[in-house]
Amino acid sequence: MTADAPVVRAVNVVKIYQTGGLPVPAVRGVDLTVEAGEFVAIMGPSGSGKSTLVHMLGGLDTRTSGEIWLDGRRADTLSESGWAVLRREKIGFVFQFFNLVANMTVADNVELPALLGGVSPRQAKERRDYLLGELGLADRAEASPAQLSGGEQQRVALARALANQPRLLLADEPTGNLDSRNTRDVLRLLGKVHGQGQTIVLVTHDARVASMADRVVSLLDGQIVDDGAIPKSRRRPLGAAGDVVELRS
Amino acid sequence: MRQSLLALLAKEPAHGYELKQALETIFGGAYPSPNIGQIYVTLGRLEKDGYVRSVDVEQANRPNKKVYYITAAGREALETWVEEPTEGPRVRDEFFMKLVLAPMTGLSDRMALVNRQRRHYLALMRDLRELAERTDPANRVALLLIEGAMLHLQADLDWLERCQEDLP
Ligand SMILES: Nc1ncnc2c1ncn2[C@@H]1O[C@H](COP(=O)(O)OP(=O)(O)O)[C@@H](O)[C@H]1O
Ligand SMILES: [Mg+2]
Repeated sequence: MTADAPVVRAVNVVKIYQTGGLPVPAVRGVDLTVEAGEFVAIMGPSGSGKSTLVHMLGGLDTRTSGEIWLDGRRADTLSESGWAVLRREKIGFVFQFFNLVANMTVADNVELPALLGGVSPRQAKERRDYLLGELGLADRAEASPAQLSGGEQQRVALARALANQPRLLLADEPTGNLDSRNTRDVLRLLGKVHGQGQTIVLVTHDARVASMADRVVSLLDGQIVDDGAIPKSRRRPLGAAGDVVELRS
Repeated sequence: MRQSLLALLAKEPAHGYELKQALETIFGGAYPSPNIGQIYVTLGRLEKDGYVRSVDVEQANRPNKKVYYITAAGREALETWVEEPTEGPRVRDEFFMKLVLAPMTGLSDRMALVNRQRRHYLALMRDLRELAERTDPANRVALLLIEGAMLHLQADLDWLERCQEDLP
C-alpha cells in the first residue's frame, strides 16, 4: 500500500494444472516486478504460460506456489471474495475472450466498473463516451454484445477495463481479433493512457503493440527467458526522408 | 534505382533534381532519400546503356540544364522489369547464420542471441510505428510501404520464436 511499492510483484510463482491425468507445469518459477507507470509486454510462443501468468496476477486462477503482491499488498493468499474486491478496486482486465455481460448494452458494460468503483453516474458516462469515442465505437453504445463483431467486442472489453482508471491494466492479446485500423485505435489509446501514468501488463503477439511497451518479458516453457527494456534503435532515426527500405537490406 | 528513374522518365523528360524530388514526393518518409550524386551516376550508366539520352537546355544566367528522356530500348527494359515476377523474400538470413554458427564457436549462446535480436526488432518496430504516425495520412504509398516493412518485421519475430522453440 505504500506509495512506492511496485504495482506487481510476483515471487517464484508456479502453476501446475492437474486435470485428471499428468500434471501440466504451465508456469515454472516466475519472478516479475512492475513499477507504477510501467508498460510491460509479455511475449512467447503459444502454450508458454502467458495467459496463465496474467490470470494469476489478476486472481482469476490460483497459483500453485509462490507469492503475488499487488500495490504492496499480499494477494495470493486472498479468498475469492477478497480477490473480487481487489480486482474491482485496482485491476482492469481484458480477457482473450472478452467476457462482456450479454444482457447489458455496450454503454452499460463500459460504465459498470466505474459505477461499482463509486464514481458518479455523470463521470462514469463521460469516461464511457471518451473511451468508446477513442476506440471508434461511439455509434455502438446502445448495441448488445451479441450484435458486435469479435473486434468490436474486444475493443469494448478494453474500454470497460479502462473505465475505472485502474491501478493496473492486465490484457491478454487485446488486439488478437482486430484489423489494422482498429489496432491503430487501440495503440493510440494505450499510448495515451500510458502517457497519463497507466501501469500496463499486456500479453501480445503483435509486435506493433509490444513496441509500445517500455519493457518486454519473454516466456518460454513457463519460464522467463528475457526481461529488459526495448533499446533505442542504433540506427539513425527515421527522418522526414527516412528509409524503411533499408531495413530490409 | 535504375528502374525507378526509367519509370519516371517514361512519364516525362526530367533533369536529375526533378527526379530526386519526384521520388521523395511519391514514396514519402518511407523511402531512402536518394542523394543527387547517386542519381547522376545512375543516369550516366543508363545513358551509356542506351536507355536514356540527354539534351542540354539553355537557361538564362545559369549553366545549362541536362534534361533526360527515355529511349525505345529504355522502354523495352522497363517493360521487362515490370512484367517479370519480383524476387521473394531472402532465403539466407544473416541473423539465422549467426544463430546456427555462433554457438559452435563458443562466442555466444542461442538464447542470448535470440533475446537480443527480439529487442532489436521491437526497437525497429517502434521506429516504424512512429514514422507511420508522422506520415501524412493522405500519402497511401508511403503508408503502405511502412505497413509492408512492419509485416516483414512481424514475420521475422514469429520466425525468431520458432527458432527459440526448436533450436536446442
Ligand atoms: N485449464 C487448464 N487445464 C490444464 N492445462 C492448462 C489449462 N490452461 C492452460 N493449460 C496448459 O498450460 C500451458 C500454458 O498455457 P497458457 O497459459 O494458455 O499459454 P499461452 O497463453 O502462452 O498460450 C499449456 O500447456 C496449456 O495447455
Ligand atoms: Mg494465451
